[in-house]
Amino acid sequence: MKVMDNLYYTKDHEWLKIEGKIGYVGIADYAQDQLGSIVFVELPEEDDEIEAGEAFGAIESVKAATDIYAPVDGTVVECNYDLEDEPELINEDCYENWIIKIKIDDESQKDDLMNADEYKEYLETLDEEE
Amino acid sequence: MNPYLPITPEEREQMLKKIGVDSIEDLFCDVPEHIKLKEELKINDPLSEMEIRRRFSELGKKNKNIDDYTCYLGGGAYDHYIPSTVGHIAGRSEFYSSYTPYQPEVSQGTLQYIFEYQSMLAELTGMDVMNASMYDGATATAEAALMALRIKKKRNKIIVSKTVNPDTIDVLETYCHFRDIELEYLEEKDGETDPASLEKIDKETAGVIIQNPNFYGIIEDVVHISEAVQESKSLLIMNVDPSTLGVLEAPGKLGADIVVGEGQSLGIPLSYGGPYVGFMGTTTKNMRKLPGRICGETVDEDGKRGFVLTLQAREQHIRREKANSNICSNQSLYALMNTVYLSTMGLAGMKEVGNQCVSKASYAYKKLLETDKFEKAFDKPFFKEFVVKSKVDAEKINEVLFENGIIGPLDLGKINEDMKNHLMFSITEKRTKDEIDKLVEILKGVE
Amino acid sequence: MRDYNKLIIELSKEGRKAYSIPKNDVETVDPEKYIPKNVLRKEDPKLPEVYEVDVMRHYTNLSNKNYGVDTGFYPLGSCTMKYNPKINEDMAKLPNFANIHPRQGEDTVQGSLELMYELQEKLCEITGTDGFTLQPAAGAHGELTGLMIIKKYHEERNDTKRTKIIVPDSAHGTNPASATAVGYDIIEIKSRKDGSIDLDELKEALTDEVAGLMLTNPSTLGLFERNICEISKLVHEAGGLVYYDGANLNAIMGKSRPGDMGFDIVHLNLHKTFSTPHGGGGPGAGPVGVRHDLIKYLPVPVVAKKDDKYYLDYDKPSSIGRLMGFYGNFGVLLKAYTYILKMGASGLREASEAAVLNANYLQSQLKKEYKLPIEQVCKHEFVLSGMKDSDVHTLDIAKRMLDYGVHPPTVYFPLIIDEALMVEPTDTETLETLDNFIEIMNKIKKEAIENPKILEEAPITTPVRRLDEVQAARKPKVKWD
Repeated sequence: MKVMDNLYYTKDHEWLKIEGKIGYVGIADYAQDQLGSIVFVELPEEDDEIEAGEAFGAIESVKAATDIYAPVDGTVVECNYDLEDEPELINEDCYENWIIKIKIDDESQKDDLMNADEYKEYLETLDEEE
Repeated sequence: MNPYLPITPEEREQMLKKIGVDSIEDLFCDVPEHIKLKEELKINDPLSEMEIRRRFSELGKKNKNIDDYTCYLGGGAYDHYIPSTVGHIAGRSEFYSSYTPYQPEVSQGTLQYIFEYQSMLAELTGMDVMNASMYDGATATAEAALMALRIKKKRNKIIVSKTVNPDTIDVLETYCHFRDIELEYLEEKDGETDPASLEKIDKETAGVIIQNPNFYGIIEDVVHISEAVQESKSLLIMNVDPSTLGVLEAPGKLGADIVVGEGQSLGIPLSYGGPYVGFMGTTTKNMRKLPGRICGETVDEDGKRGFVLTLQAREQHIRREKANSNICSNQSLYALMNTVYLSTMGLAGMKEVGNQCVSKASYAYKKLLETDKFEKAFDKPFFKEFVVKSKVDAEKINEVLFENGIIGPLDLGKINEDMKNHLMFSITEKRTKDEIDKLVEILKGVE
Repeated sequence: MRDYNKLIIELSKEGRKAYSIPKNDVETVDPEKYIPKNVLRKEDPKLPEVYEVDVMRHYTNLSNKNYGVDTGFYPLGSCTMKYNPKINEDMAKLPNFANIHPRQGEDTVQGSLELMYELQEKLCEITGTDGFTLQPAAGAHGELTGLMIIKKYHEERNDTKRTKIIVPDSAHGTNPASATAVGYDIIEIKSRKDGSIDLDELKEALTDEVAGLMLTNPSTLGLFERNICEISKLVHEAGGLVYYDGANLNAIMGKSRPGDMGFDIVHLNLHKTFSTPHGGGGPGAGPVGVRHDLIKYLPVPVVAKKDDKYYLDYDKPSSIGRLMGFYGNFGVLLKAYTYILKMGASGLREASEAAVLNANYLQSQLKKEYKLPIEQVCKHEFVLSGMKDSDVHTLDIAKRMLDYGVHPPTVYFPLIIDEALMVEPTDTETLETLDNFIEIMNKIKKEAIENPKILEEAPITTPVRRLDEVQAARKPKVKWD
């Protein structure tokens, strides 16, 4: 599984990229791989306030669906509307194709997330369970 | 031996031996002794086909059917003509003895008729997408309310007009009560939705439910209502009778966001209230919030056109507690009956049925008012049902009609105390001038 | 014929007609002059214009692309695809039942009401419950009804903190979906490896916030829950109710009753256990039975009897309310009633015995070449976990079966078994059919070892081959242009 450096990760396999006050949220390679061919991405509305751990959208493949959870608190400033017509972009490159762009309320919440190395270790524990 | 259970005693022994047990009872060794039945169930002994027919004949004689009696009842179930094609196709066991089409390669028959059903209902209602059917019109309406709340996540109110079929409102109330959904009502005035009560529609309202033609058969001022709904950014849920849609405007063109209704008018026997079939559709924008199965066109590995159940990630078998609805079994075979009905009637037939309903209902209304027994209850355009106020006791009227071989109109007083002696007649294309004249003649004589 | 690939609309030709109705014999009222313009139709719907032969040939051709119980063996686990007796269909078409209006006066429908009343009584006896409603249209609708009864029961006792329903992870997806539909939160408890309830997990989950437990017995793995009495006792002690998902009743008719196991509420699937057809997805019927103190919550109207007259009882102040426009899928009820008359007490018991015998026979033979995760006596169905000595996927096994002319078992359910193949032969099959199925399964095993490509490319003999579901879901085309 591909894990990108400099991103923060949740246990539900979302990633967060921080650029100042702005964050980009997407799903990690592991989640993309588990879902298989993605057929639909449900996006939130802009200006929606989201809370860490709260589902703000959903991703569907043919035979599975999963909610997407907010990694930190914030406000949605932009959605990646390309995904409405081409949800497969996430299968093609899940790190390039972010899902929402948010204004982060409290940057220190990132400390509750995993960094790339921690996330890699976490993925290994999942493999062991299988 | 029972004709459906083919294993012979010798085969049974042979099979038990291969399994490695001595008796059938050994196969139930995991059932705790104290909850095992020690004797046979106290129900009937097995009957032969002939005995069963005799029993049904006995029971049947205690019913009165609408072949022997002329029927003027409506109120959500209608005596329309059913072409012979419908029963012959729906009676094919390749259709009725199949399961939900989860193996599409051997279910193209089912899948394609669902696709055609969705297409024809979409054409009639003017919606972008229909599902593969719901239990009936009433439950489809309740599901539409839940769907509106899924779309308008931050709102928790549904408003329904009191001119909607009271049984539908009852079902809606049941569904809403257990979900803690706030339910408000638009008042009825002169047989239609009171325009003054439209101001109840506010920013908390997720959906507004109206029926057209409404319960009293009256054609509502949909355009006006639709504007009020749009203003508050709520969703317009329209419950419609598809048999009127060859003549009346498609709900999609009138601003409906969700369309539901009862498909019984389209080729389904009255059968004492069921099975019927609910239909439900919406706009492309809200497609993924629709409950129930949806069939889509695709291609197979060789590029040949084929059909599959699609958008399944919304459904209970995948989404479990997060599914749009818990519905799985629907009324598929009855959707087939709708499909064959619509194929048989076609465009011209649907217009003809609609026009005849309007003409014959108008004729009956005029003739009834010409007697001195009835007066107008409302003065609004209606389609195939109308209400008149009787000067004679309603029960008396229905008694006399019944003695004369007629199952009379619906006595609204029995549903709503305020409507004592209000009678609702339903006139379909099946009624003839002679029948209507006879009805009027009898009623003239009732004291 | 298999290659027939037309939509009905593609047969359309202007001017053709398949209907005939008498000419209008009253004064014509022009809707244009009578109905307000803004609600009159402006654009014609695109409906087919065909003649009657087109209709018959088109849908007959479609039916030929379908597989039903009358076509062949249908061992679809959890679905009970037993034979649909023809007398059932005939009885439902009798004019004295098919042609009665639901709003007719009670005096004119005594036969229908008597039949429904009798059916209620029979279902009470079969399930060990005290009262029944025939209103729910399907299993999921029955679940909804049952959960509303649970909620109403707690509501009336002012026990408002009970907001959760326990569902095992092996349950049908409808269980959690139904609980959500009435506003409950779900506590999912892990099953043990054999699909049974883990009593420790259950005890831990049973707080005073739990409204009830939903369970099917035999479980979705086809195994009887031996601790069932202990389980219902624990739930009752914690103040909850126990709900029986009747999907698997075909294993135990006349052998054991949910009511005697401690279940308070039971739904049945008449389209499974009681031989009414599945209709390509419906209609079914999902009547709900309850123990005596819950009868007052049943949906209105209830079919009741006073002196020698049957009537619809609306006077039930504690009722959860109405759940259907009328009284349920009456036509389906007729068929189930016919089936019960035909089978009688001994026949129902024999049907369950045959269902269990057939399942155990298949299990004992198929476990040679397929993985059987839990080795014990099964009830009416069992679950395999893929093939021995091969890593071909269950999906490919299923698709290959289509080439051999049998309907595959349920695949990938229950979720707790890897590569699940859930086999339910039902009671209405011959030994020859079962042996033929075993032979096909073994042949597929051999193919998987020798040339797995055959499986991956299957089916090749069906009217269409594997379909592109990704395209269908990404760019949904759900109606004709």
